Amino acid sequence: MISSTIGIWNYWIVFLLMMIGLFLVIGRKNFLKKIVGLTIFQTSVFLLYITFGKIKGGTPPILNNAIDTVYSNPLPHVLILTAIVVGVATTALGLSLVLRINSEYGSIEEDEISAQDLVDYHDQIETSKKIDTKFIQ
Amino acid sequence: MISFENLILITLLSPLLVCLLTPLLSSKPILRDILGPLGGIISSWGAIQLMASILNGEQPRLELLQIAEGISISFVVTPLGAIFGLVASVLWIFAAIYSVGYMRGNKEKNQTRFYIFYAMAVHAALCIAYAGDLLTLFIFYEVLTFSTYPLVTHKQNEMAQKAGRLYMSILVGTSVILLLPAIIWVWVVTGSLEMSQNGVLDGKMNPDYAPYLLAMFVFGIGKAALMPIHKWLPAAMVAPTPVSALLHAVAVVKAGVFTMLLILTNVFGIDFLSKTGASNWLVWLASFTLLTTSIIAIYKDDIKARLAYSTISQLSYITLGGALASSMATQGATLHIITHAAGKITLFFVAGAIYVGAKMSKISELNGHGKSMPLIFLAFFVGSLSIIGVPPMGGSWSKFFLMLGAAESGYITVIAVFCISTILNAYYLMEIPARAFFFKKEREVKIKIPILITIPTLITCFLTILLFFFIEPFENLTSIMVSKL
Amino acid sequence: MTDILIKNLPILVVLCPLMMSLIVVLIPNIFLSWLLTFASTFVAFIFSILLYQEVQIHSTISYALGNWAPPLGIEYVIDKVSIFPIIIITLIGFLTTIFSSKMMPDEINETSISKVYSLWLLAIAGLIGLVTTGDAFNLFVFLEISSLASVALVAMGAQKDKQALVAAYNYLIIGAVGATLYVIGVGLLYGITGTLNMADLSERVVDLKNNKALIAGFGFMIVGIMVKAAVFPMHIWLPRAYAYAPSAVSVLLAATATKASLYILARILFSVFDIADNLIINTLSYIILPLSIIAMFAGTIMAVYEKDIKRLLAHSSVAQIGYITLAFAIGTKASVAAGFIHMFNHALIKGALFMAITSISFYIQKRVTLSNLSGLGRAMPITFFCFVICSLSLAGLPLTAGFISKLYLIKASISADGLWIAILILFSSALSVIYLWKMIEALWLQQPRKEIIIKENPTIYISLLIITFLNIYFGLDASFVVDSSTEAAEKLVGVSK
Repeated sequence: MISSTIGIWNYWIVFLLMMIGLFLVIGRKNFLKKIVGLTIFQTSVFLLYITFGKIKGGTPPILNNAIDTVYSNPLPHVLILTAIVVGVATTALGLSLVLRINSEYGSIEEDEISAQDLVDYHDQIETSKKIDTKFIQ
Repeated sequence: MISFENLILITLLSPLLVCLLTPLLSSKPILRDILGPLGGIISSWGAIQLMASILNGEQPRLELLQIAEGISISFVVTPLGAIFGLVASVLWIFAAIYSVGYMRGNKEKNQTRFYIFYAMAVHAALCIAYAGDLLTLFIFYEVLTFSTYPLVTHKQNEMAQKAGRLYMSILVGTSVILLLPAIIWVWVVTGSLEMSQNGVLDGKMNPDYAPYLLAMFVFGIGKAALMPIHKWLPAAMVAPTPVSALLHAVAVVKAGVFTMLLILTNVFGIDFLSKTGASNWLVWLASFTLLTTSIIAIYKDDIKARLAYSTISQLSYITLGGALASSMATQGATLHIITHAAGKITLFFVAGAIYVGAKMSKISELNGHGKSMPLIFLAFFVGSLSIIGVPPMGGSWSKFFLMLGAAESGYITVIAVFCISTILNAYYLMEIPARAFFFKKEREVKIKIPILITIPTLITCFLTILLFFFIEPFENLTSIMVSKL
Repeated sequence: MTDILIKNLPILVVLCPLMMSLIVVLIPNIFLSWLLTFASTFVAFIFSILLYQEVQIHSTISYALGNWAPPLGIEYVIDKVSIFPIIIITLIGFLTTIFSSKMMPDEINETSISKVYSLWLLAIAGLIGLVTTGDAFNLFVFLEISSLASVALVAMGAQKDKQALVAAYNYLIIGAVGATLYVIGVGLLYGITGTLNMADLSERVVDLKNNKALIAGFGFMIVGIMVKAAVFPMHIWLPRAYAYAPSAVSVLLAATATKASLYILARILFSVFDIADNLIINTLSYIILPLSIIAMFAGTIMAVYEKDIKRLLAHSSVAQIGYITLAFAIGTKASVAAGFIHMFNHALIKGALFMAITSISFYIQKRVTLSNLSGLGRAMPITFFCFVICSLSLAGLPLTAGFISKLYLIKASISADGLWIAILILFSSALSVIYLWKMIEALWLQQPRKEIIIKENPTIYISLLIITFLNIYFGLDASFVVDSSTEAAEKLVGVSK
């Protein structure tokens, strides 16, 4: 029982990283920390895939001429390469957004930004009322 | 010889063409104002031809458009539809002439827009009259609601906004939440949207669910103004009187009770109703509405408000007739559509004439003005007699049939209800000519009533008398309607 | 020549916008970049029509990418189900591109416009690829292509209003979490079945009925897709993203982005897994059904209290997505068909409404709120007319497209013994008339104290008129929509394995 629990220690790490990542995304107010959390979350998924690929007694998936070799599955590695690229693009986009937000708002804390937005929203509604409308007759 | 399909097209397209041509003639008011009565004459001619064809045993049909598998827009002329179609087109002629006089006399703004939506509403009403299946009925029912909104809120002030909101919320709310699923329920149960002379539900619908389906229809048809869905009608009185006269005494409300009768006869079927007793509760609800609104009408000082509540009461007559599930009662209800329309439109015309001519709208102000507007009040007197049901006005026939029908179905209490309400009608309607002719004048008012208002009023008043003598073609139509195939 | 064209259509319809986006980014001239974008979306639309005809002949077209045979290779599948969203996306993409020609220069500074068009094409290509692919991981790739491009497009609205940046950021984070959840699901499924191809998955899944990993994988996939499809409660990114995006972008996104994900949802629920499977039945009735009903009401009620019109329409989109997922949740052939019908019609309706509102805001150079809608009807009659028609379509007035989808949805729920569902749908639909009527009232009953003079621009109102016309056309002649949706539903739900 203990050995089977320890035997899947990969999955425990995946799980841990997933939860840390999600916590950062949801629980932290700093925009930059959210991106970090997202990256951690995505990394945990990479680990998950690679763990799936490993076969008991399998060698790295490099072709050699022996007949009886058991190869680990190379497909997850390829999938993860794709996913890493997607993750990089996401992070890059997120970081550039944070930079812009910082230059526009002067802060990257969610509560300060929401407060500014709320004020702006109400301002917009109020100024539009000033157009002075009336019933036609 | 024009084919029946083309006849239906002519009758339906005439108001639509008026609606489309009016904006083009907005710079020439005289031409624009002639369009309405002209369109009315063409539609009436078509409606009369179609009515004649029914009396000859034909059944004109027109398949207009197939929307998708199983749903289409189609038109058919049923006896009930022929009657409603005739009522709407003929009274449109006079209402159109009247509205020219009213709008000019009152110097109302946005007259072109008014006429556009007026014609569209009449078009929708005619399409309802000749609807060939439940979907077409629903489509034009909704079109009628939306095309009358600009008319109800014509004055575009705060009162109009409030009234418009109440109007739309009740009518759209009931039709979307109750009428549409009821129609679709019928579609699912019977497999098609068609209606037939003896009803389509017999044998297909579980009788236990019939009262609930009927309830969905009854409360979904908000235009029939059954309590508690009646509030929109008094609210809609903020509209100019031509709107109240044609639409809220003739087209919109009659479309409502027409739909009600159509559902009761051609979807449920009189036999199915009497077999399952699905409409028993409706008899009591309609009677309750009848009496309560008559009593409320007594307390209303504003002329149009009193007439509005009187209309609700009279509509309940028709619903009651349909609910009694007997052929006599259904005939009476159908005849009441015609007689009430003629009578009520006269009364509303008078109310509008008093407003335009003397700027008065309260009954208490009317004392003694009979001498200055004799023809107008005479017309009111005759119209009231028709509504009350006194011979020789047309209204007496429909009351007669309704009472016979109540006896036929064994509802003796309902006969008592009719009698009580007749007394109430007499009280609240006769007050107006009584005040005008027999009370002393309290203040001097300058009276100037345009001729284009007086003439239609007198004509419709004359129609109520005419209907007494010439009820036979309509009676024949109603017997065709209730005959078993 | 045409033979090769036809044979390779499945990949061409994706490649055309994709490759063009690489070219457009290099072109500095605004008009030329617009022209190339227009050409590319037009060609994609033509391809989708050709594909439609092909699908009518051979009912399923399977295209192996790079000639690697499925199930090992990536496969593109065009069948009666997927052709439907392809047509929606290419049609809307094409119409919106016409619309964008005047709107872009107004809201985005000149040096960035060609890059925006490049992102535009990327987003469209991503969406098309999303619905054509038959491989689960390839789906993720296209999902992210379209999402990231959309995020960047939304962020471009920052020139007019800096709230677009935060909206884009939230969209990015929530969307990325959703996509990653989807990837976890795919991973779990791959782990137990060994294949990524959706058709192959559907066969292998049958033997694994109560496998915990299967259920977990399914759960992750569904939740991930629901985040992208903005199903309540994962919809929070949608209102702000649509409200603050540049005009043309909000039209494009509102009409297409969520539809593609909803299509994927239907695919996973019904193609990959079997409708008769207990897992699916339970998911549908206990999870998706209640969430859809809540979405319908939550979206409508939020819209009733909203004063900013673009946000109002975005909240209304949440409710409409609720209708579509409700249709899927009912699970019968008729209801799935109704869901597809509403997908198509809602794309037209919402696209038209956003076009109308953004043109109004273009003319008055401010955000449109309920207060400043007043009296604009007189000043811009064509836009006003289209706006009223499309609002009535959203309300479900007969003779418009919105009514058709409502009709079929109600019929499907009543046929499935769900009268109470039908009443709830109609109740929320009646509630939606409230906010639509507020807008119409403002236009009809109010007037501004100073007269407003506006000259309507033909380029803008032509696409608006076309899309309004389509709204009415598909309300009168719904045979194409209804038949294709029924065929699609037949394919998805009709044959149980």
